[in-house]
Amino acid sequence: MKILVAIKRVVDYNVRVQVKPDGSGVATDGVKMSINPFDEIAIEEALRIKEQGQADEVVVVTIGSNDSQQQLRTAMAMGADRAILVEADQAVQPLQAAQVLLKVIEAEQPGLVITGKQAIDDDNNQTPQMLATLWNRPQATFASKIEFVGDNQINVTREVDAGLETIQVALPAVVSTDLRLNEPRFVKLPDIMKAKRKPLDVQAMADLLPNATGEAIEVLQHEAPQPRQKGIMVETVDELIDILKDKGLVS
Amino acid sequence: MSKVLILAEHNGDAINQSTAKVLAAAKQLNPEAIDVMLFTGDASLAGQIAGHEGVNQVFCVTCGDNHDQLAASIAPTLADKGKGYTHVWGPSTTFGKDVMPRVAALLGVNQVSDIMEIIDANTFKRPIYAGNAIITVKTTAPQIVATVRTASYSADKTSGGSAQIEESALSTAAEHTSFVRLSTGDSDRPDLQTADKVISGGRGVGSEENFEIVYQLADKIGAATGASRAAVDAGYVPNDMQVGQTGKIIAPDLYMCFGISGAIQHLTGIKDAGTIVAINKDGDAPIFEVADVGLVGDLFKIIPEMMEKL
Ligand SMILES: Cc1cc2nc3c(=O)[nH]c(=O)nc-3n(C[C@H](O)[C@H](O)[C@H](O)COP(=O)(O)OP(=O)(O)OC[C@H]3O[C@@H](n4cnc5c(N)ncnc54)[C@H](O)[C@@H]3O)c2cc1C
Repeated sequence: MKILVAIKRVVDYNVRVQVKPDGSGVATDGVKMSINPFDEIAIEEALRIKEQGQADEVVVVTIGSNDSQQQLRTAMAMGADRAILVEADQAVQPLQAAQVLLKVIEAEQPGLVITGKQAIDDDNNQTPQMLATLWNRPQATFASKIEFVGDNQINVTREVDAGLETIQVALPAVVSTDLRLNEPRFVKLPDIMKAKRKPLDVQAMADLLPNATGEAIEVLQHEAPQPRQKGIMVETVDELIDILKDKGLVS
Repeated sequence: MSKVLILAEHNGDAINQSTAKVLAAAKQLNPEAIDVMLFTGDASLAGQIAGHEGVNQVFCVTCGDNHDQLAASIAPTLADKGKGYTHVWGPSTTFGKDVMPRVAALLGVNQVSDIMEIIDANTFKRPIYAGNAIITVKTTAPQIVATVRTASYSADKTSGGSAQIEESALSTAAEHTSFVRLSTGDSDRPDLQTADKVISGGRGVGSEENFEIVYQLADKIGAATGASRAAVDAGYVPNDMQVGQTGKIIAPDLYMCFGISGAIQHLTGIKDAGTIVAINKDGDAPIFEVADVGLVGDLFKIIPEMMEKL
């Protein structure tokens, strides 16, 4: 079985993102870029499944600018076998991303697609579900555990508001990862060297998907969030309790 | 004029408050009609929605074998009904996040995720970058499929409505997906997502056993309990207690946290809280930048003292 992992290059999660003064976007010049953390977990899971003998190839794909090659190389240094860059000169929205990924699926015929539940830039949390829908296959979102249960079925434990839900889906399927699925491995230097020689195929999005459908949502403005008012520091528990009582928060 | 179709959410026994929050948001559109679609194994739940003022119709779709919880099973029915509406909205809970993008894909539109403010019927504000930036977005799609950020709206509490209830049976159950089980960290404490008061603990609490004092304080003041990701990852508490970007986004009147440093991913979950109280032994912890009241000190001394004095 082949596993396809879809990843995205995003501003590193440690960066405190700032809105540009003119509201046209967030400042990304010179900012550290990384693999979206949820996607890194997706890569790790695919590698573990391969290491357990349930898969024989892990292919990573991303849609983005040419700079995204860095993130694909990192994924291959982690252990992915090869990579595909679908080069797009503009940011793509989830429905279009799902349409592109469907084209990749048609060409690659994976038995399982794993991707992060959301990208930490747009926080949309849509692409995996849309991809599963267009592909007409099941989805298991927010996964914290994947178990093969024979005969082309997997049990996926999902982190839901009420607790942990387990569902069974037939393969092929799309799984989206939550944070507790695994802890991604660190990349070692020799692996970075090795990854340079692994195949990385670049395709233009316009060739792969000449007729994307569905209008894009227009972004009119970016603004910084309303700051909370500056609070006060107290020295003792008594002072704290007095304030809480004053506000009617405790009796 | 707008016509809104809302996806209702329930826990098997009751309609989840997220439904009344989406309803409150939908009413801000001043629409011509609001209808609600409920997928459930228990048709009697529909009555809980029909009583809200301003709801015209409740489509109650009965489902067997827990298909009401499965996105692949219910999305086709919701999308099909949604074709007759300008807006198809669900809550931005794990349930809504699972289902609504499937509905959007079936309708051929991009989704507006996590609406926090409505400017007009086509224009909305939503957070990106874990709430570090807010964008205003506009869409003229024939159906505006969206999730509503529940912490941004107070639940609609109206009563006296008398919506019609139309019952049908689910005809789109997926064959490739089945429900196996749900394990919940059953507790008698108030529900984290709707509680007025929340007490939470982070890595600083140190262990599962140590969390006992956090629970005791919560019980003393009738609060729900929450946690940081670090506390969940370390196995101190179950995952359903996580607050933040990838956990629950909450808006209690009081949020009091012990041994939480205040990472941006945590703060995004508590921005809308009324009063934030932080107790941390490190005076430089970023949590103090957003706290309304801060106290530097050891939680293992402060919690017992609070227990005694409250
Ligand atoms: C993609 C992504 C998503 C994430 N989503 C979330 C999320 O949804 N929610 C979330 O919470 N985090 C999330 N995180 C993790 C987040 O970045 C932080 O790692 C996490 O919030 C830290 O938890 P903490 O504050 O409990 O632990 P720490 O940062 O380790 O802080 C522990 C604090 O306890 C204090 N302390 C220690 N002992 C005591 C004592 N005896 N008395 C008083 N204070 C004490 C310390 O001074 C310290 O400030 C996410 C991270 C990523 C990358």
